[in-house]
Amino acid sequence: MSTKINDFVIRFANVNGSGSASANGMFAKALFRMGIPVATRNIFPSNIQGLPTWFEVRVSEQGYLGRREGVDIMVAMNAETFAEDIDSILPGGYLVYDNTKPLPRALVRSDIHEIGIPIASMMLPEFADLKQRTLFKNITYLGALAGLLNIEFDVITGMVATQYKGKDALIEPNIRALEIGRNYALEYLQAPLPLQVRRSDAVGDRIMMDGNDAAGLGSVYGGASVCAWYPITPSTSVAESFENHSKRLRIDKETGHKNYAFMQAEDELAAIGIVIGAAWNGARSFTATSGPGISLMSEFLGLAYFAEIPAVVWDIQRSGPSTGMPTRTQQGDLIGAAYASHGDTKHPLLFPATPKECFDFAADALDLADRLQTPILVLSDLELGMNENLSDPLEWDDSRRYDRGKVLSAEQLDGLETFGRYLDVDGDGVGYRTLPGTHPDKGAFFTRGTSRDEYAAYTESPDAYQRNMERLQLKWQTARALMPKAEINGRGGRVGVLYYGTTALPIPEALDKLAGHGIHLDTCRVRAFPFGEEVESFVADHDLIFVVEQNRDGQMRTLLVNELQTDPAKLISILYFAGLSISADFIDAQISEYYDEHKLARLTEVTS
Amino acid sequence: MTFVSKPRVRHPNLPSNELGLTRRDYEGSVSTLCAGCGHDSVSAAIVQACSELSLPPHRFAKVSGIGCSSKTPSYFLNRSHGFNSVHGRMPSVATGANLANRDLMCIGVSGDGDSASIGLGQFAHVVRRRTNMLYLVDNNGTYGLTKGQFSATNDKGSTSKKGLPNLYEPIDLVSMALQLGASFVARSFSGDKSQLVPLIKAGLKHKGMAFIDVISPCVAFNNHSGSTKSFEFVRENARSAVNADLILGQPEITADYAEGTQENIVMPDGSTLQLYKIDANYDPYDRIGAMTYVQKMQEQGRVATGLLYVDPDAMECHDIMETTARPLNELTEEALCPGSEVLAGINQSYR
Repeated sequence: MSTKINDFVIRFANVNGSGSASANGMFAKALFRMGIPVATRNIFPSNIQGLPTWFEVRVSEQGYLGRREGVDIMVAMNAETFAEDIDSILPGGYLVYDNTKPLPRALVRSDIHEIGIPIASMMLPEFADLKQRTLFKNITYLGALAGLLNIEFDVITGMVATQYKGKDALIEPNIRALEIGRNYALEYLQAPLPLQVRRSDAVGDRIMMDGNDAAGLGSVYGGASVCAWYPITPSTSVAESFENHSKRLRIDKETGHKNYAFMQAEDELAAIGIVIGAAWNGARSFTATSGPGISLMSEFLGLAYFAEIPAVVWDIQRSGPSTGMPTRTQQGDLIGAAYASHGDTKHPLLFPATPKECFDFAADALDLADRLQTPILVLSDLELGMNENLSDPLEWDDSRRYDRGKVLSAEQLDGLETFGRYLDVDGDGVGYRTLPGTHPDKGAFFTRGTSRDEYAAYTESPDAYQRNMERLQLKWQTARALMPKAEINGRGGRVGVLYYGTTALPIPEALDKLAGHGIHLDTCRVRAFPFGEEVESFVADHDLIFVVEQNRDGQMRTLLVNELQTDPAKLISILYFAGLSISADFIDAQISEYYDEHKLARLTEVTS
Repeated sequence: MTFVSKPRVRHPNLPSNELGLTRRDYEGSVSTLCAGCGHDSVSAAIVQACSELSLPPHRFAKVSGIGCSSKTPSYFLNRSHGFNSVHGRMPSVATGANLANRDLMCIGVSGDGDSASIGLGQFAHVVRRRTNMLYLVDNNGTYGLTKGQFSATNDKGSTSKKGLPNLYEPIDLVSMALQLGASFVARSFSGDKSQLVPLIKAGLKHKGMAFIDVISPCVAFNNHSGSTKSFEFVRENARSAVNADLILGQPEITADYAEGTQENIVMPDGSTLQLYKIDANYDPYDRIGAMTYVQKMQEQGRVATGLLYVDPDAMECHDIMETTARPLNELTEEALCPGSEVLAGINQSYR
């Protein structure tokens, strides 16, 4: 077999809670530090200890970061899933396993390579302590992989030294375990394998970060001073990131006190209530949750929409409905989030696709919420939120000032003859607000979810109610122009593909595959709802648009039909919703099949 | 609306407080509650307390949930912002408002349906967080706005307007507040200004969670004759009087009784409530003692009123969290944004 460099999928099958996560993470990080693009995916159960868990690393010199079907190298460390793990290896692939116990003959496949390493038996003389033996098994297979795949050994040992800085006693046994594995591979196995890695410059200046971490950090940079939240997978790490970064970056130097409030609420209802109360009182506030939390927050979201209070909600989507598959990814909350609550409500949404975009949107969402005086929901998902993704480095413009929107100061109030909280002074549907305690006798008003007039006085007047609802509709039009624009690429073809969020990850690869068999598509990556004019034009300018998304019901397609009055016949859904992330192979197959079924013309380009 | 206040006839000799303001400057808009509703007396007591303490009338955040009680923040302190939020969720909105600006005084008004049923969880947690606020419950044992269903504070065995008995145990918010860590716990009666006004003043001055359960009769729906609060034989001992403060011309139930004595109050439905005012020998610094006392009184069918517990040294939520002394809503980029140089270092740590 010819040598294949920087192009494979390796999957680690472990038992949840066995300490494998850090060894697996080091594997991915080592390749990243060798300049090789990697995409990591945790496939884990809703459980703390004892259940199967998988960690997958896609290694791709071309920089394809979407999930790829099939496994080239399986590190099978979980007896319980051994059979299915072996099954998932592509023909010609490799099985790495602990051959302290022999491989059951029933599981032997003639079309794959078996690489047995006596990990457990090698641990026995080296580490007396049982816990250490278990832990260092993982480090030992990492060492063996270094030998098998040609990973630069000093990159790994350097990471061990950094990771255990200050706990020096742990460095030596870790290095020893690495060496045991590596030496075994070099001495007894045919190392390196034809599948191997080589230092590259394909990573460039990119960083490796999970989206939730970037969201929490972006909220720090964006000026959030109140975070209220309730733990729910896969969103918890957004709040935790905000706290971790704030602990370092938001401490008053003189007093040691915190320039932020971080409150774990009793449930999602309280979390959004705290956010709304704080935002009403002028602090930038946000919460992070997942689908079930959005359901619980819906009443409050309706109040905030009607009472016109800024709020930022991160929804890290997971597979629903109900508890669904709480540790699997999905894009299933679009409709629920867009129209959350009773009555006529709608909320602006943002769809980040990379950690950098999580960082940017965290700050943008806080600006938009203040500017539009309404809740902004940021729809990320488990795939982006909880996996380490390659990302352009984070950027901040020091000249940027927070857009606090239309808030009147005491001086401005003094200059006014009259103040009406819900008066549309500027004709954009957004009134001027005041914060509690601003002025001794001007600008106070009563906020309510009940009908009121332009001066915030309670009224059940049909005219006043209708005027108010129409003004909110005008505000929605204002929002359209302020939301981040879609990314559109193409060359004026008649067929396009529209996608958003993490569905963007496999798109470059899918486009290359499709182009390889004569299918060329213009692209539109939607980044926000309500849709801007550029999305409307893209939809209008194409005869056929594949709408690729990760849910069963084609929720983005529904929004397009509903909000842009698009002819449903021209929007073809490509839907994946089985809980893993969507792959380029899937998109390619589905679109190709559509072309075949409908006998659409393909373009075979002649390259000269 | 904001600059247009209700038409007022100002008495030329109305006394001014230290800020040169009269009670009129602390009032709100005209109440739309039923004539004689106890809740209006609570609002009037808040007006009186704030005025007599010479507190700046625009420096409050008034927060409420849903229900008759929750309408009342528009009936006092018109110069302050108010927020009539959603049912049972006043505590979270108050928490947020207090987090954003710790310098504003926060008054939360809730009812027994709002706090003891739909919002029981939020009540419990705002108390244990010790949010610095005055939390008032206008407790009438009934759902007024939806016309007379039982609330969770209603006594077991009492009957609804339709004559159906309440089959379930009552929830006592005072006992819960004591157990959950409120550093100021009191109970009073809406018609007892001489007790309620000083309690509200003390609650406003208290740093931390000040909870006052105010028994506030519902003139329209609170029918619970036969309840543990109702004793026909003392009916003749009870009093009702016209309160001169109420412009609505309906009789409001008042009470004025000495420390260490009992007052039997005839409720609008004819049932009787036995209030017992704690006396000078009572030790309000003993939390366990207070819990026992309240329970013992309840066993005797009596409702203890007064300041039941106070811990003047307790930490409030901001102290526990170690937030900055500056209101968070005043912080600017300088304090909030770490800047691009720091970010360059952060990027490096993700390589």
